[in-house]
Amino acid sequence: MAKVLVVTSGKGGVGKTTSTAALGAALAQMGEKVVVVDFDVGLRNLDLVLGAERRVVFDLINVVQGVAKLSQALIRDKRLENLWLLPASQTRDKDALTEEGVRSIIADLRTKFDWILCDSPAGIERGATLAMRYADEAVIVTNPEVSSVRDSDRIIGMLDSKTVKAEKGERVEKHVLITRYDSARASRGEMLSIEDILEILATPLLGIIPESQDVLRASNVGSPVTLNNAASAPARAYIDAVRRLMGETVTMMVPVERKGLMNRLLGRRAA
Amino acid sequence: MDASAAPTRQLVRMRGRSYVAFVFCPTVPIVGWLEEIDATLARSPGFFVGKPVVLDLSAVDLSQSAIAHLVASLEQRNIRVLGIEGVDAAHVTTSMPPLLTGGRHCVLTQIEPQKAEAKPKPKSTSLLLENPVRSGQSVVFTDGDVTVLGSVGSGAEIVAGGSIHVYGALRGRAMAGVNGNSAARIYCQKIEAELLAIDGYYQTAEDISATLRNRPAQAWLDGEIMKITPLN
Repeated sequence: MAKVLVVTSGKGGVGKTTSTAALGAALAQMGEKVVVVDFDVGLRNLDLVLGAERRVVFDLINVVQGVAKLSQALIRDKRLENLWLLPASQTRDKDALTEEGVRSIIADLRTKFDWILCDSPAGIERGATLAMRYADEAVIVTNPEVSSVRDSDRIIGMLDSKTVKAEKGERVEKHVLITRYDSARASRGEMLSIEDILEILATPLLGIIPESQDVLRASNVGSPVTLNNAASAPARAYIDAVRRLMGETVTMMVPVERKGLMNRLLGRRAA
Repeated sequence: MDASAAPTRQLVRMRGRSYVAFVFCPTVPIVGWLEEIDATLARSPGFFVGKPVVLDLSAVDLSQSAIAHLVASLEQRNIRVLGIEGVDAAHVTTSMPPLLTGGRHCVLTQIEPQKAEAKPKPKSTSLLLENPVRSGQSVVFTDGDVTVLGSVGSGAEIVAGGSIHVYGALRGRAMAGVNGNSAARIYCQKIEAELLAIDGYYQTAEDISATLRNRPAQAWLDGEIMKITPLN
């Protein structure tokens, strides 16, 4: 049974696209057949993060409008043969998306893939609502700060009311993924604690991704962090999250950077 | 000149119209049949009131006086006979109901007096929300109290005609007694509200004492002043 999973947040810049790429790659590494769909029409980024920007010919809007076939628009990842990308159009805007078009594309993708990851644009308008419209599950990406948490709360409310599943009286399974978590700042009380976030959102936790330079480094070279450096702290956190998505029970912990012996010995330089 | 105009003739207009009537078919002995009628009337006294009744005497052979007697007996029971059919014209006198012919069968649709129309369900006076109220959601219930089992998120809004009860944290806006009910109150397990209002009198988060924050509290109106006190 194919699963449609939307990665959403409400707020921009929290790491939806990075997370979509990392989760998609980790799922593909586990042998699942995965397609990541960029719904951010007009401001596409997923192609860059996956390093596929130079191979885009047709896009989501072309398929919606019947200009191209789905198979023509799908781009296969060069490193992972189980990972595919359906890019968004950069020259159009979200009004080019139609509900019927999205429905038929998702239905088509369901027959070909195990996982369909929809990378939602920020906001609560057409692009975001259509990205979540046909979802079975949702990953709500949240940063440990009040603005992000409140926007996530809003998105959770929409997942419970505006999706096809919700309208049929069923539930979209929801998970909170906390990104850019800095345990040092959290311990100093400069960030919302995990408990506070979960208490406000009243939604189960999928994983905690630590703030890390590895994420930025991976994005810059066009590679999902789980693929670029699988041993890094954020990669391990994403892989744990994916194992939880697949139904495994994995103890929740905040991965920390592994420091070498010399680093530990000579970590602090005297003034 | 002839000043008097000829009076214009008023045309007599006639229209045909047919009605549905109860047809009684008396059987011999007439006394026994009348007892049946009495039994029916005992069960439902108003059964024949206002209904046209026709006597079909084709099944019995009655003399002129017997017919007169039968009509009179029915009249005693408050049943007025509209007409008689199935009898020789010679047996009917001018004092009796007229003779009818050409009646057609039809199905009597008996309209049962409607039993005290199914009372409209009493309007619910409270609303129970079992899920958290999320940011951006607005719950408006002007008929009474609203009870929320979860939390009310920052940016969410509850509007109630009566009181508001929140068994989680109240982080959004709560407006109680919106129909001018100044006795309405707001209760919550954890007060972090953005705005509290009762009957139009409001306080924003800034006005709410910091000592109350994160504690169970209630808000009510004392005249024109909103009071917020801890609930313990």
